[in-house]
Amino acid sequence: MIAFAALLERLAFTPGRHAKIALLRRYFATAADPDRGIGLAALTGELRFTAARPGLIRDLLAARTDPELFALSYDYVGDLAETAALMWPAAPGAAAPPGLAAVVAALIATPKAELPAMLAGWLDASDASVRLALLKLITGGLRVGVSARLAKLALAERAEGRVSADAIEEVWHGLAPPYTALFAWVEGRGARPDPAGAPVFRPPMLAHPIAPADLAALDPAAFRAEWKWDGIRVQLVATAGARRLYSRGAEDISVGFPEIVAAMDFVGVLDGELLVVRDGVVAPFADLQLRLNRRTAGARLLRDHPAFVRLYDILFDGSEDLRALSFDARRARLEAWSARLRPARMDLSPMIGFATLAELAALRDGARAAAIEGLMLKRGDAPYLPGRPRGLWWKWKRDPLTIDAVLMYAQRGHGKRSSFYSDYTFGLWRGAELVPVGKACSGFTDQELVFLDRWVRNHTVARFGPVREVDKALVLEVAFDAAQPSARHKSGVALRFPRIARLRPDKPADAADRLETLMASITPRG
Amino acid sequence: MPHPETWLRVTPAGLWCEPGGFFIDPLRAVDRAVITHAHSDHARPGHRAVLASAETIALLRTRLGAGAFGTTMALGWGERLRLDEVTLWLEPAGHVLGAAQVALQWRGSRVVVSGDYKRVADPTARGFVPVACDVFVTEATFALPVFRHPPPAQEIARLLDSVALFPGRSHVVGCYALGKCQRLIALLRAAGWDRPIWLHGAHVALCETYAALGVPLGDLRPATQAAASDLAGAIVLAPPSAIADRWARRLADPVVCAASGWMRVRGRARQGGVELPLVISDHADWDELNATLDEVGAPEVWVTHGREEALIHAAGKRGITGRALRLLGYGDEDAAAA
Ligand SMILES: [Zn+2]
Ligand SMILES: [Zn+2]
Repeated sequence: MIAFAALLERLAFTPGRHAKIALLRRYFATAADPDRGIGLAALTGELRFTAARPGLIRDLLAARTDPELFALSYDYVGDLAETAALMWPAAPGAAAPPGLAAVVAALIATPKAELPAMLAGWLDASDASVRLALLKLITGGLRVGVSARLAKLALAERAEGRVSADAIEEVWHGLAPPYTALFAWVEGRGARPDPAGAPVFRPPMLAHPIAPADLAALDPAAFRAEWKWDGIRVQLVATAGARRLYSRGAEDISVGFPEIVAAMDFVGVLDGELLVVRDGVVAPFADLQLRLNRRTAGARLLRDHPAFVRLYDILFDGSEDLRALSFDARRARLEAWSARLRPARMDLSPMIGFATLAELAALRDGARAAAIEGLMLKRGDAPYLPGRPRGLWWKWKRDPLTIDAVLMYAQRGHGKRSSFYSDYTFGLWRGAELVPVGKACSGFTDQELVFLDRWVRNHTVARFGPVREVDKALVLEVAFDAAQPSARHKSGVALRFPRIARLRPDKPADAADRLETLMASITPRG
Repeated sequence: MPHPETWLRVTPAGLWCEPGGFFIDPLRAVDRAVITHAHSDHARPGHRAVLASAETIALLRTRLGAGAFGTTMALGWGERLRLDEVTLWLEPAGHVLGAAQVALQWRGSRVVVSGDYKRVADPTARGFVPVACDVFVTEATFALPVFRHPPPAQEIARLLDSVALFPGRSHVVGCYALGKCQRLIALLRAAGWDRPIWLHGAHVALCETYAALGVPLGDLRPATQAAASDLAGAIVLAPPSAIADRWARRLADPVVCAASGWMRVRGRARQGGVELPLVISDHADWDELNATLDEVGAPEVWVTHGREEALIHAAGKRGITGRALRLLGYGDEDAAAA
């Protein structure tokens, strides 16, 4: 329990991906089975139980501390579990909690009425770090920023070349805590665990953004084109006994999209784009976002924001693995499959015919529908390969839209950027008032970052914690992929992928764009 | 026996001892000042005459230069001195090198002004000596039950563990230049770290003074003179204000650490962009504050600065009368660096 608590504490403060992987790798190398497997499950959200409500913590603490001192402490710390962990009076002589696996087993097996006494005993014998880990564990709020993918990368490092993260991905959803067979495989002590019939995720094939030189060298005859849709990439996996809808990052999002799961009346693995579609028209991304924000969807949300999958690839037909086939061959299989099954709530992403690059460029420039981000170019003879192999799949986004906005607030970045003000909030004019319309933390060069950092420091007018408000005097040219109406933003508009295209210190702030101009550019959907 | 209220009073310039004709840790320039320790919020420049421990006077000379005060007088530990009608002596406070509690006696009534103090052992400061008194004047920087400092060796072990896990990165530890910096160095040496420790320019002179006063600190080097390769896997000490700012850009992919009692609370650590918070403080934690009140046995406690509400409440439940002096101006050092 001590090692797991120390890991959580460290992860909670570690922004860097590499550092997180190093911490995880060491935990997996030093903790024993089955504790490390339960730790892995807790970190990746596979351990779903809520043994206690915050009310229990409050009651336990009230019985042990002075109410006035508790009130002052809670007020200062601001988080109930943390307050309890810090001010819990230690009781020498109490029996320390067992290992993580035994703790979790006891939390699941113990009747509700006996839980408070058991928990209090453990807290008595622990230090603040273990107490916090216990309390976060029982209330289900670890929140240390470890994705399942990150954990798999750490396991792959632990495997020292024997097993890749992608190979782990292909068995992951067929495994269960405490993952003893997985650790044995990764450590070279056991065979690959057989996911036999489980609806496992397959690592997806990803595209590179196309650079002008790549485009110039592209052989139009060798490539196929499709629209790039503005939804989220999903994988549909159906076996004889189970159906799963996975995000690109292998997260199981089935529960949130029951209508898609219901429509998966087949055995196979399909690749496609999840969208909200009403009467054949793709809705703004914000509509899909609303669905993604909820773990489960209510009847009303299901009715007003119907989900849909636009399919573009087939990985398995039945139990037949098609990934070694060429794109052209898979496409033929996909079309045959679709004609045969006609699944509800799905269609095929159409192929776009073209003969020359000039023709393709004209298609891309002509696509103004906001649901289309640009074009996908896929080599006809390429197999389906996990990861981002070069030269096989390209994404060719349409030219971004731009606005001239005024810098309003800046905040320090994380990790390597922690000494720089590198997160910028910018705004547009509405009458004589500037209204914030978005945030950007990319797009600039290293030299521009140095300039912006210095500018922010020299033009600060107020500070709010880590945020500096600056003189409304610097114009930034902000590029973005689409502007969409949004009721959640004060400005009424949300930008997709805003980034700093250029600094315009030459331009006076009152010459920046007006909010009305941006609103007028919101493109009709379709 | 006169109540201490009648002869020790809070004035705009600070705590004033009338029958002795002097201030203790005055907030503005005065004629006669008794100074508990060399931190900037307790020792301000411009007094005509200063009385303090010899170590405090040496540290003040480094911090403020030789001309900061008219005259200075060093008083040995426990040595009695008569100032007008008051007998005064210094006892160690355990806070930083030279830090003293000031014991005052007038007509059979005794007050101890403890300045800043801690109770846990510190290789760079004389340990706190409890003195029985009628009124104990205390700080309350960490006077909430959430503040319980873990053993410092455990925190140093966490730092060294991180250095071992990330051998290519430098670990820059934000720490106050006077006291915390030297204590960290001594703790690192005690834990077996015998490699050079790199210092921000603001820390160099005070470390030299510590060494001259007989506190061995080992091989210390200015970080500005380090080659990039020197700093990979190195430990660098810098003021809290420098660790996440432009100064730190010279370091190799640094792990930003901070050593302070505030690091106990996650929100505080996050605010500073700290990646490895180390809970090491030169101030008494909640348990130490309360144990000290019980030990000195004063029926009345005056709180100079910090979170007096909780301490006065807890003392009241044990029959100790508490009073908040609210000496504005103390705690500037503590806020960033305690
Ligand atoms: Zn101090
Ligand atoms: Zn102080």
